[in-house]
Amino acid sequence: MTAMCDVAFLLLSFFILATKFKPPEALSVITPSSVSTKTAPEKDVVLVTIDKDGKVYLSVSDANVAEKKTMIDAINTSKNIGLSDAEKANFVNIPNAYIGAPFSQLKSYLDKNPEQLRNVIKPGIPAVDSTNNEMIDWFRAAQDAFQGRKMNILVKGDDASKYPSLQGVIIALKKNDLMKFQVVTSPVPPPLGSELYKAQQATGTKAVD
Amino acid sequence: MDTSGGGGHKKGPGVKKGKKLSTRVDLTPMVDLGFLLITFFIFTTTMSQPTAMRLFLPKDVKNPDEQNKVKNSAVITLMLGKSDKIYYYEGDSAAGLKATDFKNVRDIVVDKKRRTDAKDFVVIIKPTVDATYKNTINILDEMTIDGVKRYAMVDISPVEYNYIKATEKANGIN
Repeated sequence: MTAMCDVAFLLLSFFILATKFKPPEALSVITPSSVSTKTAPEKDVVLVTIDKDGKVYLSVSDANVAEKKTMIDAINTSKNIGLSDAEKANFVNIPNAYIGAPFSQLKSYLDKNPEQLRNVIKPGIPAVDSTNNEMIDWFRAAQDAFQGRKMNILVKGDDASKYPSLQGVIIALKKNDLMKFQVVTSPVPPPLGSELYKAQQATGTKAVD
Repeated sequence: MDTSGGGGHKKGPGVKKGKKLSTRVDLTPMVDLGFLLITFFIFTTTMSQPTAMRLFLPKDVKNPDEQNKVKNSAVITLMLGKSDKIYYYEGDSAAGLKATDFKNVRDIVVDKKRRTDAKDFVVIIKPTVDATYKNTINILDEMTIDGVKRYAMVDISPVEYNYIKATEKANGIN
C-alpha cells in the first residue's frame, strides 16, 4: 500500500512539474479542427493571428530576440517611423508581444506596455487586399531577419473570422515567395468510414501531415 | 488508587492500561485522490498541444503555356458561401449551381472521385468573401480526409459570385 502510494505521488509530482501551462494569451482565438497530427513547431515561429473580427496580428517566438530586433529595425528604417529604443524594446523584450497596428499608428501602439495595450482597441495590421497590405512588408522583414534559418510561418485564425483576412495573408506570403506555411488547428480523429480512415486502418499509421 | 509517579513501577494487576491508539492511517482516500490528479494531469498535458496543418501555395504563373491544364470533365468546383453553405458545379459552367453543406460535401466529392479518372481528378476551391476562416480550413481538411491528391484554392470570379448571390436569394439566405 505504502509503496503504491509512493509511486502514485511520484507520478503526480512528475506530471505537475512537466505540465507547461499555457501562458495567458493576450489574443484569444478559437482555432478550427483538422485531422493533422503534426504538432505545431515552437521554435523560430512567425505567428500570424487572425482574431474573430478578421484583424491581423503578428508575433515572433520569444526566443528569437535577435530576429525580432532586426525586424523592427528594418521596418523602422524603411517606413521612417522613428521609434525610440524603449518603443522597440516593447516589442523585442516583452514575452508574447505582438504587432497589431498599421505603420502610421505603430509609434503610439508600441508606446504602450502590455498592461495598457490590453484595454485598448487594436486596429490590427491592414492585410485585406493587395493594395494596402502591410503584411507584405512584415513578411519581408521577417524573411530577412531569419536569413539562413528555417522560419516557421504559422497562421492561427479564429473560427468566426472571414475569408478575406486569410486571403490577404496568403497574398502577402505569395508576394514574398513564401510558399509554405502552416495553419494552427486543434486535432480531431478522421471521421469513421472516410477514405483517410480506411487508409490509416490499412497501413496502421496515424500520422497525417 | 494508583498514585505512583513512575519510577519504573509496574502497574498492578487489574489496573487497565490506557488504550494504545493505532498509528496506522487509512491511506485509500489519499491514493484515490492522487490517482485522480494523475489522470487529470496526463490528459491536460497531451491535449493542450495544438497541431499544424501544412499548406503549400502554388507559384503564380503568368505564362499560359506553363499553367496546369485540367480536363473539364474531371473538375468539381466547390464554392464556399454564406451560412456554412457550399455551392458546387462540375465542369466549367457555373450556371448549373447546386447547394450543399459541410455534412454532405464528402459524399459529393467521393462520388465525383469515383466517377473520374484518378490522374485527372481535380477539386477547385473558391471561398467567397462571405465564407469564414473555419469553412476554408474545414474544406482543405476535407480534401485530406477524402484522399484528394490535387486540389487548388482559386479566387472566385464575379460571374460565379453573382450566381451564388442569386441562389442564396432563391434559398432565402441573406
